Amino acid sequence: MSGSILEVRGLKVSRGGFPVLDIPELDIQEGEFLSLIGPNGTGKSTLLLSLAGLLKRDKGEIRFHGKPVESSAELLDYRRRLAMVFQEPLLFDATVYDNVAAGLKLRGMGRGAIRPVVEENLRLFGIAHLASRSASKISGGEAQRTSLARAFATSPELILLDEPFASLDPPTKESIIADLGNAMRIRRTTALMTTHDRMDALRLSNRIAVMDKGGIVQIGLPIEVMHKPVSESVAQFVGVETILEGRVRGMARGALHVDVGGRDVFGTGDSGPGEEVLCFIRPESVTLHPEGAKMDSSARNVCSGTVTKVQPIGLLYRVCIDCGFSLSAHVTQQATEDLKLAAGAVVQASFKASSVHVVRKPKA
Amino acid sequence: MELIFEGIKQAVWLLITFDPEVLGITWLSLKVSGLATLISLFIGVSMGTVVALTRFPGRRLVVSLINTGMGVPPVVVGLFVTIFLWRNGPLGFFELLYTPSAIIIAQAVIATPIVAGISLASIQKLPEALRLQILALGATRLQMIWMLIKEARLPLLAAVMAGFGGVISEVGASIMVGGNIKGYTRVLTTATVMETGKGNFDIAIALGVILLLFTFTINAILTGIQQRERPR
Repeated sequence: MSGSILEVRGLKVSRGGFPVLDIPELDIQEGEFLSLIGPNGTGKSTLLLSLAGLLKRDKGEIRFHGKPVESSAELLDYRRRLAMVFQEPLLFDATVYDNVAAGLKLRGMGRGAIRPVVEENLRLFGIAHLASRSASKISGGEAQRTSLARAFATSPELILLDEPFASLDPPTKESIIADLGNAMRIRRTTALMTTHDRMDALRLSNRIAVMDKGGIVQIGLPIEVMHKPVSESVAQFVGVETILEGRVRGMARGALHVDVGGRDVFGTGDSGPGEEVLCFIRPESVTLHPEGAKMDSSARNVCSGTVTKVQPIGLLYRVCIDCGFSLSAHVTQQATEDLKLAAGAVVQASFKASSVHVVRKPKA
Repeated sequence: MELIFEGIKQAVWLLITFDPEVLGITWLSLKVSGLATLISLFIGVSMGTVVALTRFPGRRLVVSLINTGMGVPPVVVGLFVTIFLWRNGPLGFFELLYTPSAIIIAQAVIATPIVAGISLASIQKLPEALRLQILALGATRLQMIWMLIKEARLPLLAAVMAGFGGVISEVGASIMVGGNIKGYTRVLTTATVMETGKGNFDIAIALGVILLLFTFTINAILTGIQQRERPR
């Protein structure tokens, strides 16, 4: 990465007279893949449309390679250096080849120059065999590949992806994500993608930004955002299932000692003694053991509890345990059988202090 | 029934013998209605596209006016075009009344709202995101409009058919502004009215059959283009 390709300062956007976006500052580094995640209706797509210059902004400045994008001539030049892919492929009523060539034709390129570029991008997304097929007669996955090939054909410096996998079935999505990742590596394009699926973001991104109520509430490395959410809403969105309220008692062997309803929980954070805090624990960080088993793990937090619910979630199971507070863990089917997990069963749960992220509780 | 058979026989005879008067009338009908349709396409598609893509105060009123215009009776158009082109009228100095140009103007006025209305509906039906996608591909505003028109080309062919069908078959305006002058402004519809009035049903039927034949042929060609198999 080498410097910012896009800088956003004081961006405010309204829709229908209501403010929907307020981004005081956002920098996108050259060559990075930044994902915007957040629940529906938080302004992810609005931000993307604003950054593409497709939505009028009330206030704020967008700088591309340090130069402001203001006049219509600057805007056209800027748009011709980026590309955008929407959730729907939005293909034209033409062949796949003509669709991929569309952006190049708009730039006034001749047929001879267009052909090799289109063919290269058709191959890049594995749709060369569909070149002469009508875009109205291809599958949803093929259509999204065509849309991506059309975007990459113009050699964009920045590519904006608005929920590009949202309408695809899982196997198609997997193969397109792999092809997109490959294209990003080959072309070294900078990308900004919106998604409500945090797993998509984790697979592709160098950084993740979490949006809520029209603003960016956290931005950082994927691992940081997933394990150290800054607020309850971010924690909920990134998959934290145990959120405990407590009060810091002090420090103990390098960890924060938190009193959670009379139970001791050890975690990490920058709160001080006496402060009211929230403890975030990811379900993957909790390990379950048979009651009375000898513990040889280094986990600082160990508690006994009664299973209240076992719920299948895809290939894993969510196990809710009452150990003075409600704790959630994800386990395999094998573990549910080995530990005889069912409502009413008594188990021991353990989790490391480093996997408990402690933040100050916001004042009411 | 005999009258109808006589009329059809007469029509076939007039066609296979290349009757010069009938040929002249047919050619003028096609020329006048074809030109009027072309003019209405240019104005109507532009008008429909602009109204479909822009938001301005009074837009609903404009849409209502276009929709109303789609059903305006040709005689009313004929009346106003006559007044405008009348010797003492606002455009009287052009001296166009009772000329083929006057018929073209009247027919273009009839067809324009039809074309505009269908264009408006076709462009409006395209997804809003498609407009954004075209702009995001680096299109100028004009390129974006042209690409949208291309996307709506199939419904726009319906606009051509409706416009042409509307004007080739209208009689009220053509007779009012053209005067049905033999060899000059007489078209298929005005000639049919005149022959029917004179009791020459065989010739009237013959002219009607020719009119139907041409309307059918042109619409069949346009339908063929519209419905043809897309590339695979």
